[in-house]
Amino acid sequence: MNFHQMSMVQLAGKLQDKSVSSVELTQYFSDRMAKYDDQINGYITKTTELAMAQAQAADARRAAGETGLLLGMPLAHKDIFCTQDIITTCASKMLANFKAPYNATVVEKLNAVGMVTLGKTNMDEFAMGSTTENSAFGVTRNPWDTRAVPGGSSGGAAAVLAAGLAPIATGTDTGGSIRQPAAFCGVTGIKPTYGSVSRYGMIAYASSLDQGGPMGKTAEDCAHLLAAMAGFDERDSTSSEGERPDYVGSLNAPLTGLKVGLPKEYFGEGLSDEVRAATLATAAELEKLGATLVDVSLPNTEHAVPAYYVIAPAEASSNLSRYDGVRFGHRCDNPKDLNDLYTRSRSEGFGAEVKRRIMVGAYVLSAGYYDAYYLKAQRVRRLIKEDFMQAFEACDVILGPVAPTPAWKLGEKTSDPTAMYLADIYTIPVNLAGLPAIAMPAGFAGALPIGVQLIGNYFSEPRLLNVAHQFQQATDHHTKTPAAWA
Amino acid sequence: MTWETVIGLEVHAQLATKTKIFSGASTAFGALPNTQACLVDLGMPGVLPVLNKGVVDMAIRFGLAVGSSVAEKSVFARKNYFYPDLPKGYQISQFELPVVIGGQIHIELDGGVKKTINLTRAHLEEDAGKSLHEDFEGASGIDLNRAGTPLLEIVSEPEMRSPAEAVAYAKKLHELVQYLGICDGNMQEGSFRVDANISVRKVGAELGTRAEIKNVNSFKFLERAIMFEVERQIDIIEAGGAVVQETRLYDAAKDETRSMRSKADAMDYRYFPDPDLLPLIITPAMIEKVKGEMPELPDAKRTRFIEQYKLSDYDAMVLTGSREIADYYETVVAATGAKDPKIAANWVMGELNARLNADSLDVSESPVDASRMAGLVARILDNTISGKIAKDVFEIMWTSTDSADAIIEAKGLKQITDVGAIAAMVRGVIDQFPEQLAEYKGGRDKLFGFFVGEVMKATKGKANPGQVNQILKDELAK
Amino acid sequence: MSDHIDVHKVARLGALAIGADEVGAVGQKLNAIVGLFDDLAAINTDGIEPMAHPLDQVQRLRVDVVIEKDIHQYVQQIAPRVEAGLYLVPKVIE
Repeated sequence: MNFHQMSMVQLAGKLQDKSVSSVELTQYFSDRMAKYDDQINGYITKTTELAMAQAQAADARRAAGETGLLLGMPLAHKDIFCTQDIITTCASKMLANFKAPYNATVVEKLNAVGMVTLGKTNMDEFAMGSTTENSAFGVTRNPWDTRAVPGGSSGGAAAVLAAGLAPIATGTDTGGSIRQPAAFCGVTGIKPTYGSVSRYGMIAYASSLDQGGPMGKTAEDCAHLLAAMAGFDERDSTSSEGERPDYVGSLNAPLTGLKVGLPKEYFGEGLSDEVRAATLATAAELEKLGATLVDVSLPNTEHAVPAYYVIAPAEASSNLSRYDGVRFGHRCDNPKDLNDLYTRSRSEGFGAEVKRRIMVGAYVLSAGYYDAYYLKAQRVRRLIKEDFMQAFEACDVILGPVAPTPAWKLGEKTSDPTAMYLADIYTIPVNLAGLPAIAMPAGFAGALPIGVQLIGNYFSEPRLLNVAHQFQQATDHHTKTPAAWA
Repeated sequence: MTWETVIGLEVHAQLATKTKIFSGASTAFGALPNTQACLVDLGMPGVLPVLNKGVVDMAIRFGLAVGSSVAEKSVFARKNYFYPDLPKGYQISQFELPVVIGGQIHIELDGGVKKTINLTRAHLEEDAGKSLHEDFEGASGIDLNRAGTPLLEIVSEPEMRSPAEAVAYAKKLHELVQYLGICDGNMQEGSFRVDANISVRKVGAELGTRAEIKNVNSFKFLERAIMFEVERQIDIIEAGGAVVQETRLYDAAKDETRSMRSKADAMDYRYFPDPDLLPLIITPAMIEKVKGEMPELPDAKRTRFIEQYKLSDYDAMVLTGSREIADYYETVVAATGAKDPKIAANWVMGELNARLNADSLDVSESPVDASRMAGLVARILDNTISGKIAKDVFEIMWTSTDSADAIIEAKGLKQITDVGAIAAMVRGVIDQFPEQLAEYKGGRDKLFGFFVGEVMKATKGKANPGQVNQILKDELAK
Repeated sequence: MSDHIDVHKVARLGALAIGADEVGAVGQKLNAIVGLFDDLAAINTDGIEPMAHPLDQVQRLRVDVVIEKDIHQYVQQIAPRVEAGLYLVPKVIE
């Protein structure tokens, strides 16, 4: 049985009809991890022993009559979610030995429904990056072409899904960190509306932008995991109150009457021909499924990159001040005084990109620059949100590319952070506005997958998942797997 | 050449909530190090703050009490700096939009001069932990129990012109926050800490450069610190120098202020709205609810005591000195039918206070509670016992749980008020002392007191003194 | 508007040590990043409120009840240096 080529929902069917046990499934994926992960480096930590124990417990629960769809399903957590007594590194030397004395709410919820933790996936340090090259634990390689980046920051999650080293995974998206690696690795991932998924225990990069979400082979898989991840959490002040919508119930609704907006700013200069073609082909396919295409405009799109790279580092510079070598994390040897303790611990513990963002953040908040940079960026942020609100007067969902190009080569942009930042232009506006967006495979450029995204209004995840699911029912891009790992 | 002193105070009042401002950890004072520092207080990765409702209610209560406007919207910001007692590397505080704007405190100086001090604002923030400097081989130990304790920082306008005004303001604020039940006022434990901004100028001139004296923890030290600082600044200017804007510490042992390692100018706190917290919105309904629960404030209570109970200014001041003592007094008055509020006042201010002081007890810890005290005062008012006997009864009550009535009954202390009985005893005494009677009749009026004493002795103090006087006078005149 | 960024100052604010040999390269990258922000000045944002949060929500309030227990022994297992329940740091001078 090629379990790694099945969707999570298909595997859940096998667990439910007891044709496979959680222990067997967990063993299967653990074996693949042991065999292949050295070539991908998708995992920072493999928790095989724990996974087997959790699988046994899940099988016992099923034997006792429980029938949950996620019960006993193996899962990979991005190493940004704190896991009690299991090392959570956030891909930083700073937290190389950090055993959190608590679980993130997301981890707690998925443990409760009986999911099995295969391991913790690689990422850009503190989620700062678009390639997973900024990891203290080595780069993750793209399973479609190991010379290419897997995207980031949730590059480990996307890569282990593509290589069949996990059936489903968690990720986080601050400026595209779920969608862009999903696009680069040919998998599906949804960044939910800000406030849908608790941020408690999810190590903060930029608090007003960070949002956890599911990554999987299909939109349907993501819908089921999101249903288990999302929910009000009283420990997170920014968690939305009240019930979450039914993410699964409307997956099969027809697309008749759906209005799909194509923002002209997402098809301008800098977009590669292959990605443009794949995006337009997706639009045509949706039209075939009953949707109407409408032109919309998001005029402030070009301002999203500067606004984001002011706001996110500002929040990050402050969020990362707690890493001071006193209560947890890396501490330098023999500090000669307090200042030495701080600066040496932090300089040794943080990588170059993290340091850059800390300094940029300190700069834009400092006296004399606050109004011109930070406040201005927050005003631009509102303009970007208003653009979307205007667009949603004319359409139900917006379709666009995730990234201007398919995955680039490892090392290609590492020396030029600004070039890397500019490639985030299509994903960042969604985070600034706090909207939901789903990325899904839409074709190939040679050996490399291409992803497109659907952006919806606040709390419209059911509609996005429905559209993506219907698209995937009609197409087979998402079923392709890289031959090397078959 | 006359110098004018300009003083503004910033008071940090620890709010008397059960839990911290952003976590559910206890705020109780004196626990073992770090036993009350939870994940949020420790600034662990990924953990998040949630605002305590108790803190908001207390801020509203304060705002209402000082006649300020309670902000409909206030915002928590991060003040960024590295320090070991600040686990997150930032303090959550309110910066641009504080919860309380404006307000007044009315002070009274010696000689009855009254003055109003305007408040600039009051804002909510979290307290830091503590660095302990006992020697750990050249290291400091950090205790984060205090980290996250809610503070209300109350900022006055620079409107005080003397150390005495500053002390009067600080004391008034200290009394107010305790009255409101929002701060325990314990200055030793750091629940009420005062920073003083001090400058001097020639009368009518522009404001001078100020120095800030941090964390003064007694009113006496506040007065001394300001006096020292004013002299220091005048000396500098008169010697042709200039005052430097800086933070200074008051050293009580040396009675001087000295410069703290200057970090203010090197600091750029990079305030920005805390993205982990949303705007605090205080609705009219929330304010109305707090209004309904507001205690009567000291000034209003004082005025009412004077009018309602016909007390002197002094008595009213003593009896409203704390909410507990005022409540105690009013319970006694209410239970005794408010016949003679002055008697009740004398007992609360006199016997009760003296006994509490002797045993170092707070009124809330009094072994004789207000209802038992009322039972005693009632017996004085209805002439069952004399004031003198009442003191004996009170002593017994202090060490027992018996009511005044039970003690009076058991010990047979009931006052004799039967005129015939008293007259008989008076005649007996007169008969017993013929010599003194002769002397009295011969003009030694002072012996009247001797006869009173003998009668009281004979009645074991139980005779009504007024009646004894009258009857004795009549009998001696016969 | 993109002034030359003062690497020493922003490093100090971020409690980072940037070696003398790195200052040039680090400064170059930081200036390139800050250069991206120059466009912001030209955008008309008159009358636009800064947006600190994606959703227009208000702060929720927690009931004032103690819910946390003493966990210091457990959490101090991951602390670099503790003694007598205290976190140790090089001497703090006031």
